[in-house]
Amino acid sequence: MSSTTIEQIASQEYKYGFITDIEADQAPPGLNEDIIRLISAKKNEPEWMLAFRLKAFRHWLTMKEPTWANIKYGPIDYQATSYYSAPKQKKKLNSLDEVDPELRATFAKLGISLEEQKRLSNVAVDAVFDSVSVATTFRTELAKVGVIFCSFSDAVQNHPDLVKKYLGSVVPYTDNFFATLNSAVFTDGSFCYIPKGVRCPMELSTYFRINSANTGQFERTLIVADEGATVSYLEGCTAPMRDENQLHAAVVELVALDNASIKYSTVQNWYPGDKEGRGGIYNFVTKRGKAFKNAKLSWTQVETGSAITWKYPSCILQGDNSIGEFYSVALTNHHQQADTGTKMIHLGKNTRSTIVSKGISAGRGQQTYRGEVKIMKSAEGARNYSQCDSLLLGDKCGAHTFPYIEVRNSTAKMEHEASTSKIGEDQLFYCQQRGISAEDAVSMIVNGFCREVFKELPMEFAVEATKLLGVSLEGSVG
Amino acid sequence: MLDIKDLYAGIDGKEILKGLTLHVGTGEVHAIMGPNGSGKSTLANVLAGRPKYVATSGTVTYQGKDLLALPAEERAREGVFLAMQYPVEIPGVNNIYFLKAALNSVRKHQGQEELDAMEFLQLAREKMKLVDLDEAFMNRSVNEGFSGGEKKRNEIFQMAVLDPKLAILDETDSGLDIDALRIVAEGVNALASEKHSVLVITHYQRLLKYLVPDFVHVLADGRIVKSGGKELAEELEQKGYEWIEGEMATASR
Repeated sequence: MSSTTIEQIASQEYKYGFITDIEADQAPPGLNEDIIRLISAKKNEPEWMLAFRLKAFRHWLTMKEPTWANIKYGPIDYQATSYYSAPKQKKKLNSLDEVDPELRATFAKLGISLEEQKRLSNVAVDAVFDSVSVATTFRTELAKVGVIFCSFSDAVQNHPDLVKKYLGSVVPYTDNFFATLNSAVFTDGSFCYIPKGVRCPMELSTYFRINSANTGQFERTLIVADEGATVSYLEGCTAPMRDENQLHAAVVELVALDNASIKYSTVQNWYPGDKEGRGGIYNFVTKRGKAFKNAKLSWTQVETGSAITWKYPSCILQGDNSIGEFYSVALTNHHQQADTGTKMIHLGKNTRSTIVSKGISAGRGQQTYRGEVKIMKSAEGARNYSQCDSLLLGDKCGAHTFPYIEVRNSTAKMEHEASTSKIGEDQLFYCQQRGISAEDAVSMIVNGFCREVFKELPMEFAVEATKLLGVSLEGSVG
Repeated sequence: MLDIKDLYAGIDGKEILKGLTLHVGTGEVHAIMGPNGSGKSTLANVLAGRPKYVATSGTVTYQGKDLLALPAEERAREGVFLAMQYPVEIPGVNNIYFLKAALNSVRKHQGQEELDAMEFLQLAREKMKLVDLDEAFMNRSVNEGFSGGEKKRNEIFQMAVLDPKLAILDETDSGLDIDALRIVAEGVNALASEKHSVLVITHYQRLLKYLVPDFVHVLADGRIVKSGGKELAEELEQKGYEWIEGEMATASR
């Protein structure tokens, strides 16, 4: 009885599968220099931006798709994908009221209506719909303290010096196959700049949503916290149901200058494919931050979506006393595959890093934690704590752990803990024997397992995260 | 309260209970004793509805209802409580939150109003004293890092809060020192009353010094082979289970 309930819970299908019918302005499928010139022209980009794209594209042609990850998927035909898609808009918008009502309805279905966001949660939302930002809120209020929060395209137009200075400074265009592809064809994304000494007055939030069929989405995000600045950034995503696999290769770069602090939280719920493993998003993401003196970078992620997840939010701890953190919950169900983890590169003295990774596998889901901790020669007194735990629901799923540790300085202190457990019949029965239904019991056990990570999430995100796990916390925290 | 008739049950196709019959009246305390492998724990688990334990024939009537037809959580909500022999750990799930969820699901089922956090805390504090548990206990994860004795006391604490109509104690005394044994027995005594029935399953007689049963039954080879008053427990302690086995052998000759 209890095992069927686990299966029932695990087999709930994706709830956000709907397609918004908006006419899209789409590039023909294929990838060549003409397409890149087209993207650049569509976006009215300056010459240096086009040059960056072409440099990346030419380099990409020399690269091979990586095969080391513990994931399996059919060959991706990069020529069959369309690299640009923009909802057709008649004019530039001045306020939310002018946003296409159908678009607004889509956000409402997802429970993230912009006006609610605005009014209730004091969160500024830069909504990316397919590849072009259609609405940006709170920009004026942020501008008062000098915070720049806009679409990447706007930043290229209005803040070219900042973009030129930091674009590719953490993830160079030569970095890896997917990041290089992104550098060539990225369409839009978010840009943030927090000036010296400013504590960003609100949490910045972007909801990404992939909508047009067969449109790879290539986000580019760049966040720069100047000396002594502090910012918390939320990224959340859901995508509508699709039959064909959609390629997604984003790049996120974080720059935390001396004494700055950036907290980057993600809830990712892209379409994972159906029960048989058809469809679903291929999510190949490069996320990396660089921390200068006394700076702090913190990644928190809740990954419940995508058919394939390939993602390693990383920290380069360059400055002395800098801190890197990675808190992750990843859930794979049905035929989902995830190869995810982090890299902590210690360069500065007394740098510290913490890794807490929680993997949950259900159905036939396969999950791999891949983490690399590197203590370089210069990193006197560096410390790392790593913990990776896996929870299995059922007996057809799998969990794998690959920790890589490289220490070149003998003063380093490393701790690593790993565990694998199963939601046992015993745990379920224990809850049921106390009157708790099997469904609530699974939810309770899973949330208990994720607790260390959820408590790192901003409040409103924590709520969404538990929802995304298909369960409800009902005040168990605290 | 509980009427078991000619019950056959087992696990993984292996028959363990072979025609067990037992009647537990309201307000009575029954002790089930027996050697290892006689089917004591199987009885407890079949009554509580643990998956894998399957009843193949016979009936179990609890307060006029067919107990075996109810899923485990329904049985619990109807007032059947099993203090487990090996309570499991649930990491990350707050002990007090767990118990509040349990109590409120029971109350909801019984048509009572759910308790809010304050009301619940008050009740929990009161019951904690009963089993001599520290308040710090409430904020730890369910059974995680608890010593054997703490786990058993936590079971009794949960029982006190949930206030079941029928409490089944599956070898709650095993692995307890004398002090813990006394605390556990006091907890059970506090529950035992006109409205509550208790089924104590034990290998040894020592718990029964503190927790006086109205009836004692001896379980051997899946059946109740001897029933009596509390003096039967003492007799068993003196003569050992070989005595029963000997009697059985004589009877079957």
